[in-house]
Amino acid sequence: MENSLLSIKNLHKEFDRNTILKGINLKLNKGEVIVIIGPSGCGKSTLLRCLNGLEDIQGGEIYLGGKLLQKNAKDISSMRQKIGMVFQSYDLFPHKTVLENILLAPVKVQKRKRAEVEAEAMELLERVGLADRKNDYPRQLSGGQKQRIAIVRALIMHPEVLLLDEITAALDPEMVHEVLQVVLDLAKSGSTMLIVTHEMAFAKAIADRVLFFEHGEIVEESHAPKAFFERPQTERARQFLKSFEY
Amino acid sequence: MNLDVMISYLPLYRDALFLTMRVGWKGVAIAVLIGLIGSAIIHFEIPIARYIVSAYTQLFRNTPLLVQLFFIYFALPKIGICVSPEVCGTWGLGLLGGAYMTETFRSGLDNIPKIQFESAESLGMSRSQMFRYVILPQAVASSIPGLVANVIFLLKETSVFSTISLMDLMFTAKDLIGMYAKTIECLVLLVIFYLIMLLPVSVLGDLLERRLRHAEFGD
Repeated sequence: MENSLLSIKNLHKEFDRNTILKGINLKLNKGEVIVIIGPSGCGKSTLLRCLNGLEDIQGGEIYLGGKLLQKNAKDISSMRQKIGMVFQSYDLFPHKTVLENILLAPVKVQKRKRAEVEAEAMELLERVGLADRKNDYPRQLSGGQKQRIAIVRALIMHPEVLLLDEITAALDPEMVHEVLQVVLDLAKSGSTMLIVTHEMAFAKAIADRVLFFEHGEIVEESHAPKAFFERPQTERARQFLKSFEY
Repeated sequence: MNLDVMISYLPLYRDALFLTMRVGWKGVAIAVLIGLIGSAIIHFEIPIARYIVSAYTQLFRNTPLLVQLFFIYFALPKIGICVSPEVCGTWGLGLLGGAYMTETFRSGLDNIPKIQFESAESLGMSRSQMFRYVILPQAVASSIPGLVANVIFLLKETSVFSTISLMDLMFTAKDLIGMYAKTIECLVLLVIFYLIMLLPVSVLGDLLERRLRHAEFGD
C-alpha cells in the first residue's frame, strides 16, 4: 500500500472537544488529482491544513512516499517543502516584490543558488503570464494575479504534492477563470494535487477522483467524476449538489 | 536677553548636547533591542519567559523613570553594584524604553494577519527564518508611528538625568542658572538645544510615517 505518494490513515482532528475529522483514510497516487467538495465546516480545509502541519492531529498517521511524518521541526520543514500549499486569502508577503516572494523560500530554506532559481522563476512566471510583473509589489496586483503568483511560489519548491485550499473563493468572478486555467495546465502536466473547491464545473473538469465530505468524514468517493456530478450515489451528496443549481 | 552671555555658554551646551544624545541614543538602542525580543516572547507565548516579560513591562511602564534611576544609582550600590551616572542613565532609559517598545512591537506583531505566518510556515521556513524575513519587516513597518513617538519620549526623558548628576542639557542649564542667574538666557538656550536634538527625529519620523501610513509596500 505504501506505493501511493501520500497516504493518510485514520486521521482524527479535534478542536475544543468538537471532532472535525473522524478518522480519514485516503491514498493519493502520483499524478492524481483529487478534488474534495462539501458544505462549509465539513472539515475539508482542515484536512489540507493537517497535511501541511498547520494543525495538530489527535490521532492517525500521514505517510509521504512511504515515510511516516513525525512532528518535529526538521521533519515538518522537509515535509512542507514536499507538500506545497496555496491558501484562499492572498498570502503573498506584502513587503516583497513578486520575484522576491518567489525566491525567498528556495534560496533561504532550500539553499539553492539564486541565479538558478531566478531563471526557473522567470520560466514559471512566463507560464502563468506574469513575467512582466516580477518587480511589482503584491498590492499592485489583482486578486487573480496574486493567486497565480502564490501558485508559482509553491511550485518553485518542487513539491511532490500541491494542496489548493479554496484558492478562488475570495476572487471576483472574472478572475476565477485565469487562476483555474493555471491549475488545469498543472494537472495536464502531471502534477499531483489535492484540491478543495466550490467551483463544481472546475471540479468536474479536473478531478481524477472526487471526495464528498460532510461532518468530518468521507461520505462519497467516486473515481468517475462526471458520473458523480450527474448521479451522486448518496442522498447527502445529491442535496449538496442541488444547492448549486438555480 | 544678553546674546553675548548666550554665545559664551554655547560650548557648555554643545558638550551637554553630545552627552545627552550619546546616552539618549544608546538608551534607545537598548530599548529597541529589548522591545524586539520582548514582543516576540509575548507574541509567540514562550512559556515562563512571557510572564517575566509581562511583569517587566508592567513594572517599568507604571513607575516613573526618576524612581527607576534612583534604584539603579542609589539602591544597587547597597548590594554591591556600583555604576557610573552615564551607565545608570543609559540602562535606566533602555529598560524604561524597552517596556514601551515591547508593547509597540507587540501590537505591530498582532496586526500581521495569521495567514502571513502560515504561508511562511507552509514554505518550510524555520521559526527564525519566518521571523527574520517575513514577520519582522512587516511588524517594524506597522510599528513606525509608535516607535517614533517612543524615541521622542525617551530622548525627552533624559532631562531627569540631572538628578543623578549626569551633565546633560538640563543639568547644565540648572547649574548655570544657579551660578550666574542668567535665567532667561539659559532657558532659551535649553529650549533651542532640545529642539536641535528632537526636531530632526520628529521630521524624519513624519516622513517615514507618511510613506508607511497604510503599512503597505511599493508605490
